[in-house]
Amino acid sequence: MTVPENLQYTAEHEWVSIDGAVASVGITDYAQQALGDVVYVQVPAAGSTVSAGEPCGEVESTKSVSDIYSPVDGEVVEANPEIEDDPGLVNTDPYGAGWLLRIRLTGDTEPAGLLSAEEYTALTKEAE
Amino acid sequence: MTTPDTASPRGTQPRETPLRSVHESLGATMTEFAGWLMPVRYRSETAEHQAVRTAAGLFDLSHMGEIAVRGPGAAAALDYALVGHLSAVPVGRARYTMICAADGGILDDLIVYRLGAEEFLVVANAANTAVVHQALAERAAGQDARVTDETDGYALIAIQGPAAAGILAQLSPADLGALKYYAGQRAAVAGREVLLARTGYTGEDGFELFTRPADAEPLWTALSDAGSGAGLRPAGLAARDTLRLEAGMPLYGNELGPDITPFDAGLGRVVKLGKPGDFVGRAALEAAAQAPPRRVLVGLRSETRRVPRHGYPVLWDGQHRGVVTSGAPSPTLGVPIAMAYVDPGVTGEPDGSRLAVDVRGRAEPARLTPLPFYHRNQDQPH
Repeated sequence: MTVPENLQYTAEHEWVSIDGAVASVGITDYAQQALGDVVYVQVPAAGSTVSAGEPCGEVESTKSVSDIYSPVDGEVVEANPEIEDDPGLVNTDPYGAGWLLRIRLTGDTEPAGLLSAEEYTALTKEAE
Repeated sequence: MTTPDTASPRGTQPRETPLRSVHESLGATMTEFAGWLMPVRYRSETAEHQAVRTAAGLFDLSHMGEIAVRGPGAAAALDYALVGHLSAVPVGRARYTMICAADGGILDDLIVYRLGAEEFLVVANAANTAVVHQALAERAAGQDARVTDETDGYALIAIQGPAAAGILAQLSPADLGALKYYAGQRAAVAGREVLLARTGYTGEDGFELFTRPADAEPLWTALSDAGSGAGLRPAGLAARDTLRLEAGMPLYGNELGPDITPFDAGLGRVVKLGKPGDFVGRAALEAAAQAPPRRVLVGLRSETRRVPRHGYPVLWDGQHRGVVTSGAPSPTLGVPIAMAYVDPGVTGEPDGSRLAVDVRGRAEPARLTPLPFYHRNQDQPH
């Protein structure tokens, strides 16, 4: 299970990478392993408003469907255009080509409640 | 996002199969299923599914129940207890059949192997083994037959796929060409004695090997080694489910249950009303055979990517006219497929474009599709 040091995480198994006022968001390696082969991803369109901790889409795998929760408050700038035709990118490259959303942050550029790589790793070990 | 919950209920430990450490060493994702710790997938359930369609897959099915019925009265006891005509099954052959309640509702679907004139092996779903054992014992009372739950004495490994026979031939002197579909006989595989059956739940050619628990790991290893050159892969329960769904095979708890008769499920052929003597459920099933169908089990093919799942409503012109029993993305067809019970009128409607499934609040168009979705030798996997 990979947990890159340079990212931040949520307890709902999303990763967040903040560059200036834009956050990139996806799901973690732990999440994609638990889900199995991803067959469909639904994320909000550009222009949608998202709120931290609120469901903003879903990831569907062979056996199950899980909500995606927005880690931050903001406005969706871009949804990954590759994901519709190739949802398996979430499995093969969850931190890279499998990114899901880019969100322009509103309010604080340091959103609260995000976990460090170490904190997230500890959380996933507790769940086992 | 939330991840699927695979934890055991608090306070209960699931049972382990003899292949537990093999699955761990292969990196399987394990889950609790019917009280057993089982492999869901090893790496990718889609790859495992495709391996079974194009080469071969290896399954641990040791959670299934094995109930022995023996004695001079065994055949008569099974004729009474089950809907099938088991006394007519030749030694060395098997039957897919069902055990029903007095009201005709299905308690389990079964495969029964006739091992001798006075010896049968009833294979039940893991979740129903205790119920089936109890019912058989009750129904055999007064017959000269002993009913024993021998699940602990068996491990079960399945090898399924077009390459299965070739792989098995390397390990067994048995005449596999003579072992027809739904035959079962004792044979030696990799030097171990097994009950070798040409049965399966995938829609492909394949074999199920009933063996002693102590022989499970050596047999698995021998099959894996013999099959490595042919593309054999270990396959878990997720692939097992998508394979049987493509093959149009029912799953107890989804398509079959105590409020469903074999006729509802389109499986009236397993009810042998012509056999002599009474059997549990005869009156109710005779009535059901005569009555107009109250629901029809159909195949659905989605026109969008979102997957119809168990319990989702089937809509006709926006009206609720049925319910999905099983659904999954089909690796072979490349679109989501589902089985559903619908009102009989739905299948007679001329315009199929008004059918949809309510997928978590959104109506997703679907089409009626004949079952099975996939038929080996006719449909090429892609």
